[in-house]
Amino acid sequence: MSFPWAKEYQPQNGLTKFLDEKLPLPRFVYNAVGAGYPVPRNLSYFWNFGVLAGFFLVLQIVTGVVLAMHYAANTQVAFASVEHIMRDVNWGWLMRYTHANGASFFFVVVYIHIFRGLFYASYKPPREMIWLLGVTIFLLMMATAFMGYVLPWGQMSFWGAQVITGLFEAIPLIGPPLKTWLLGGFAPDNAALNRFFSLHFLLPFVILGCVILHIWALHIPGSSNPTGVEVKGESDTLPFHPYYTAKDGFGLGVALIVFMTFVFFLPNMLGHPDNYIEANPLSTPAHIVPEWYFYPFYAILRAFTFDFILPAKLWGVLAMFSSILVWFFLPWLDKSPVRSGHYRPLFRKFFWFGLIPVMAVLFVCGGAPAEEPYVMISQVATAYYFLHFLVILPIISSIERPDPLPFSITEAVLGSDKKAVLGENAEPVAV
Amino acid sequence: MIRLVGILIGLGFTFVVLLAFVTGAYTAATEDVAETAEHVFHEEAHGPEAGYSFDGPFGKWDLTQLQRGYQVYKEVCAACHSLNYVAIRDLEDLGYSEAQVKAEAATFQVPGVNPDTGEDEMRQALPTDYFPSPYPNAVAASAANGGKIPPDLSLMVKARHDGSNYLYNLLTGYQQPPAELAEEFPDFTIPVGGYYNPYFSSLVIGMPPPISVDGQVTYADGTEATISQMSQDVSAFLTWTAEPKLIERKSTGWPVLGFLLFATILAWLAKKQIWASAKPRNASRRED
Repeated sequence: MSFPWAKEYQPQNGLTKFLDEKLPLPRFVYNAVGAGYPVPRNLSYFWNFGVLAGFFLVLQIVTGVVLAMHYAANTQVAFASVEHIMRDVNWGWLMRYTHANGASFFFVVVYIHIFRGLFYASYKPPREMIWLLGVTIFLLMMATAFMGYVLPWGQMSFWGAQVITGLFEAIPLIGPPLKTWLLGGFAPDNAALNRFFSLHFLLPFVILGCVILHIWALHIPGSSNPTGVEVKGESDTLPFHPYYTAKDGFGLGVALIVFMTFVFFLPNMLGHPDNYIEANPLSTPAHIVPEWYFYPFYAILRAFTFDFILPAKLWGVLAMFSSILVWFFLPWLDKSPVRSGHYRPLFRKFFWFGLIPVMAVLFVCGGAPAEEPYVMISQVATAYYFLHFLVILPIISSIERPDPLPFSITEAVLGSDKKAVLGENAEPVAV
Repeated sequence: MIRLVGILIGLGFTFVVLLAFVTGAYTAATEDVAETAEHVFHEEAHGPEAGYSFDGPFGKWDLTQLQRGYQVYKEVCAACHSLNYVAIRDLEDLGYSEAQVKAEAATFQVPGVNPDTGEDEMRQALPTDYFPSPYPNAVAASAANGGKIPPDLSLMVKARHDGSNYLYNLLTGYQQPPAELAEEFPDFTIPVGGYYNPYFSSLVIGMPPPISVDGQVTYADGTEATISQMSQDVSAFLTWTAEPKLIERKSTGWPVLGFLLFATILAWLAKKQIWASAKPRNASRRED
């Protein structure tokens, strides 16, 4: 599953020899994230974010397990038990703020990870399965984060749960009974809180399982790289350890500095003040908004305000789910033979001047109240979002003339690739 | 095939959302969106001029201020507002001794059970008790206040945007509605039992001005009890009730960041050294 020049694990002493024979776990780690995994030598810092996402997943699981020891999933006491954590549990405030902001940072690094994949077209063959698993992980993360936000049982918890589960009501015929079934009642209440807690504890481990599959699938073709040219020889790669462990260690340090600044000095900046008011089914907040990392998708949901054959709400729900599901089809929508956006002039323009600004606009509109001009702006942005992935991307991939690619990663890094013999190992470079 | 289906779906969503855009744009162009008084006359909180001692990354509690604020809470706010998540023992954080807290607890009556008969009765509070509510239950609280329960104050500062400053401005912001308000919005009326306050989101608040005259409380430390002084003191106190670990949090943050900075510099040096052997010599590196 690796390149032929990958270093082989050599057990050094009696214990490791014993282990290698009975349960070759050290060998497994060596081949996965050690010197036995050859990685393209030209990865930029954008390739740090997969490791960072893994770090935040583990951090969320650790802090979450501790919080679950002190939290009580009952509508009568849930809000008070969170205050108990904040006031009476030793370092409880640190655990909770780390967990709450950790969710935000998990999404930050995963968004950067996804958009790195979009720019460098990491979803293309032979890495389709990695991408499919990644989108699955993202969907699981969204479900987990949503349910976690409900647990403190504040006003935004309750009304967020009301709005999101209300989306299922838009499904024709089975919608209303489906919503009742999901919630265990007609509105979010104790039954819903209990099952959300149960699932919020379970899903991170499902995510962990998918992450293991994601990394497994990654190790079959090996990592992509900024040139998008596949590895051709040993000079194109470096062993993961020590080169990328060192680079990831530095990246992790920088990420932790930013993260801890939020935890210790701005812990509530990414939250909503209303969630410090206990849930009250009789009092609707003025503006119900989800967590900030759902704003772009919330904007797409609210952009559909016109009943065209189907009710507007159903259009919104379909569009919101489709806006993520469309990512599943990217390997087959984008047929350009060139991966990296660096060598795709037309694609690059649409990425930087189309998709990225539109995501930013959707983000702002999703957090804004549902009034003009935000609704109109989000409608135009939503139109572009779907056009970008479903119309523009397939078309430019067939009309674009890519820039010449370097012959190999070594050539891109060192300026020349003396060992490489043209004709041998060479992939057909498509134009 | 998949791309054809994709293009059709993409065009479908685009068509529907642009239809919504056109109808929305038509409505926006043909109908005037009425400005609301709440939108025009609402004022953003800016807080007391001197700010608070706990502001900023190096902030510290001003314990004498918190003690004054506690006095304002007890003598003014506590008549209607509960403080459910704060225990009397927590007052030790404000610089009171254990004996003082015990004596303070004894001034409160809390619901209890007679140990001999098992009947409900009021008993003297202990430091381990939480601050008692002014009303026996939610119905009584609502009935005594025109149908609205006075909100619990424990978390008020975190439950409002820029809460410490907001509370100060709300408490000092009661005023006569400006003349322009009646001119621009003749329909805007202040209902009976409502008070004009531009810092409140709907401009009309049901709470009568709680701090209305200078000298409403008599401070033990001799500080002059102006309306502004009492308002900032109680806002500081309620910042503490909302986030009692605020200062502990900020002061823990500095060594954590210092350590991380040190560790990150080491990591950077290690990375530099390890990569030195892999860096191209005399070669121009392609920019990525």
